[in-house]
Amino acid sequence: MFSFVIKRLLGLIPTLLLVAVLVFLFVHLLPGDPARLAAGPEADDKTVALVRADLGLDKPLPEQFVNFFINAAKGDFGKSIRSKRPVSEEIAARFWPTLWLTIVAMIWAVLFGLIIGISSAVWRNKWPDRLGMTLAVSGISFPAFSLGILLMQVFSVELGWLPTVGDETWRHYILPSLTLGAAVAAVMARFTRSSFIEILQEDFVRTARAKGLTETVVVIKHCLRNALIPVVTMMGLQFGFLLGGSILVEVVFNWPGMGRLLVDAVEMRDYPIIQAEILLFSLEFIFINLVVDVLYAVINPSIRFK
Amino acid sequence: MSLSNSPLATTSETGAPLPPPDPAAVAASGQKIRTPWREFWRKFKKQRLAVYAGVFILLLILIAILAPWIVPFDAENFFDYDALNSPPTWTHWFGVDSLGRDIFSRILMGARISLASGFFSVAIGAVIGTVFGLLAGYYEGWWDRIVMRICDVLFAFPGILLAIGIVAILGGGMINVIISVSVFSIPAFARLVRGNTLQLKNLTYIEATRSIGASDTTIMWKHIFPGTISAIVVYFTMRIGTSIITAAGLSFLGLGAQSPTPEWGLMLNEARADMVTSPHVALVPSIAIFLTVLAFNLLGDGLRDALDPKIDQR
Repeated sequence: MFSFVIKRLLGLIPTLLLVAVLVFLFVHLLPGDPARLAAGPEADDKTVALVRADLGLDKPLPEQFVNFFINAAKGDFGKSIRSKRPVSEEIAARFWPTLWLTIVAMIWAVLFGLIIGISSAVWRNKWPDRLGMTLAVSGISFPAFSLGILLMQVFSVELGWLPTVGDETWRHYILPSLTLGAAVAAVMARFTRSSFIEILQEDFVRTARAKGLTETVVVIKHCLRNALIPVVTMMGLQFGFLLGGSILVEVVFNWPGMGRLLVDAVEMRDYPIIQAEILLFSLEFIFINLVVDVLYAVINPSIRFK
Repeated sequence: MSLSNSPLATTSETGAPLPPPDPAAVAASGQKIRTPWREFWRKFKKQRLAVYAGVFILLLILIAILAPWIVPFDAENFFDYDALNSPPTWTHWFGVDSLGRDIFSRILMGARISLASGFFSVAIGAVIGTVFGLLAGYYEGWWDRIVMRICDVLFAFPGILLAIGIVAILGGGMINVIISVSVFSIPAFARLVRGNTLQLKNLTYIEATRSIGASDTTIMWKHIFPGTISAIVVYFTMRIGTSIITAAGLSFLGLGAQSPTPEWGLMLNEARADMVTSPHVALVPSIAIFLTVLAFNLLGDGLRDALDPKIDQR
């Protein structure tokens, strides 16, 4: 198991390097001169030259990249153009609210997705299936931002049951995580259904039934574990979707997370923040996929020895 | 299917020649020649929902094309100051927004933008992805490794994040939104086509084509590419829904279309301020996006079931 994790970690290195290069080049692809942007619109040429030297932008590209890489490894991304505070500080305050939001959304998305998917497969072409799949295709088609606005209107404004914005208590988490998780729950439900239908036709299921096990035991004990393998892979892919979706949901619910910071940064052309955020989002996504790979190996022992 | 064309069936067991088949009898028995197109249509029309979705999309395309001539009011420059935030009435079918603009007209004009952004972004992604996927699958080796590694990296960025990054480089506006949304369709199509190409290129008919001296280009375009089309079509349709949502999301964030463009996501964002007093202003564009994306997803599901040879041989 340990060597499996190490192997996966080593396999990530080329991807990580390419991501780092892309994020580094990002600043150089921008229209205009990053030094002039950092110095501000009123700065004269002398100041711009000073800022350029200060940011290290006058050095050759490979050297700049090495510096960027070393600084990034130390968690130093420079200063925000807007607030003049270190980027790492700005992001640190925003990191956990986003991570918690995505995790809560993922937990209930998987839970609902599994329940809907399994009941749809077990009662195939009957009403639970039709209801579940109608919900699922609607969930995929409903954009998170309009779902969030509508949920907020109904539950916070009209009924007054839940708070509208902020992240102080668990009640604040309900609407944003529901909004964020809806599409993923829908994808999970569809995916679980098709994977479960295939498994229900396997020989071992017939054997289990033939030896007189109840249908509940067959479904929960014999099918679920096998059906989980593709579902777990799907979970990893969907996590990226959640991270991306959190950007929109955070804007709707005024959530103090990384997504809202990113949107503000793009509007303000605050490049150091954008750069650090893109890197962080990608790292988080890559890391989650690693976790998923390991989980996958836990569920399916045959993977570990390949 | 009649066997009479096969040389084995021309003589019966007694050695006497069989009478030639009567074309009229074949036609009367309801047997049609099974072309792939007919086979597809036979399966597709069984999927009621997908057929309705397809009709809805055709209507939507028609409306989008004709929109400038059929809208009752100017979508951007007509202001009805006596009916600010008015709910639906006979004059304003979907109501009026906070600036006095007719929502029905704005929705119709917005259909042009949403359909165009969905279609063109996926089309760009599909063309580039297909070319790269074909080349990677056909030649394999280092070229394949490079293409697939780039795909991995593109996949390492959540779609909308990549789009936001590109918009940050290129600036706002619908054209840039289309470009940025298309970028994250490329790796998906490249992988899909590569997988299909790897399977197809080992089949006997490709070997036969190569043995009569066909060039690599001919094999790829005339013989392998047609085999991947059905997978591309299904994925294309499903991808349009996702792309419409992403493009609308970028405009919702203020990074895409700019006011007063009647883009659905932007309309929704502008309606948020008056959500409490006049929720219909936000509700109408929400429903428009939902129905459009739903139609593409249902059509995609139907196409997949109709084109997948594994599903149903009834």
